[in-house]
Amino acid sequence: MATVTKQLITISNDQDILLVRTAVRQVAIELGFNLVDQTKLVTAASELTRNIVLYAVEGTVKLEQVENQGHTGLRITFEDRGPGIADIELALKDGYTTSGGLGLGLGGSKRLVNDFDIESKVGKGTRVTITRWK
Amino acid sequence: MEHIPILKMGQFLLVTIQVDMHDRLAVTLQNDLTERILKEEAKGVLIDISALEVVDSFIGRTLANIAATSRLMDAATVVTGMRPAVAITMVELGLQLQGVMTAMDVERGMEMLQRITGPDKEEPADGYRYEATDNNQQ
Repeated sequence: MATVTKQLITISNDQDILLVRTAVRQVAIELGFNLVDQTKLVTAASELTRNIVLYAVEGTVKLEQVENQGHTGLRITFEDRGPGIADIELALKDGYTTSGGLGLGLGGSKRLVNDFDIESKVGKGTRVTITRWK
Repeated sequence: MEHIPILKMGQFLLVTIQVDMHDRLAVTLQNDLTERILKEEAKGVLIDISALEVVDSFIGRTLANIAATSRLMDAATVVTGMRPAVAITMVELGLQLQGVMTAMDVERGMEMLQRITGPDKEEPADGYRYEATDNNQQ
């Protein structure tokens, strides 16, 4: 599987959510995703970047072009050194939130992409990786 | 501080969101609208989102909050112009925009507001459409 890093964005406040939305839109267009897929990717990225801002304050978002058996995908990795998630299964449930939000961030973005992976250690941080294939 | 302009049209307030909103701007809009409803004694709020390429859970929640607050202040809210790709994404995300009325475009949204807030065509909360002429039929 070939991988090309397109962008690496440092997250430190809620304005950076906008930067990520713009960057994901740009790369998704560049890779030839249709409008609905672009919108899904941008929305998922918006949710997961907000999670960094809400829970960890700081982190990074990495955009990569991935190629697998002739298929092109956009992979986005959200990484932080925040408090981590104790119960991932519970955090993925719709409506579960510890920030007073709607609790759609994790579960909702999972439904918007093809591959979704989450690794988290309490006290160490969280890494969420999503991929949407064309 | 950045604000989204709110226009007054008769007894209605009109907002056209032209920029990709960051979270604080969405909250500012919610507060501004609440103040203006009170100040102008507005009967309805129309929010056009035809320029919005993304409605994530935060913006969605803000729209629902605006509708809920307006309702408590006796004003109706209509959201107009949602793009198809945005609608598809919102459904999969699980956003329902409860209590928010929608219309295809600003023109139909305005008609909707006029119908809802009109003097003799009020729609009761139970969904039964009250017809003024029915009163005279025994």
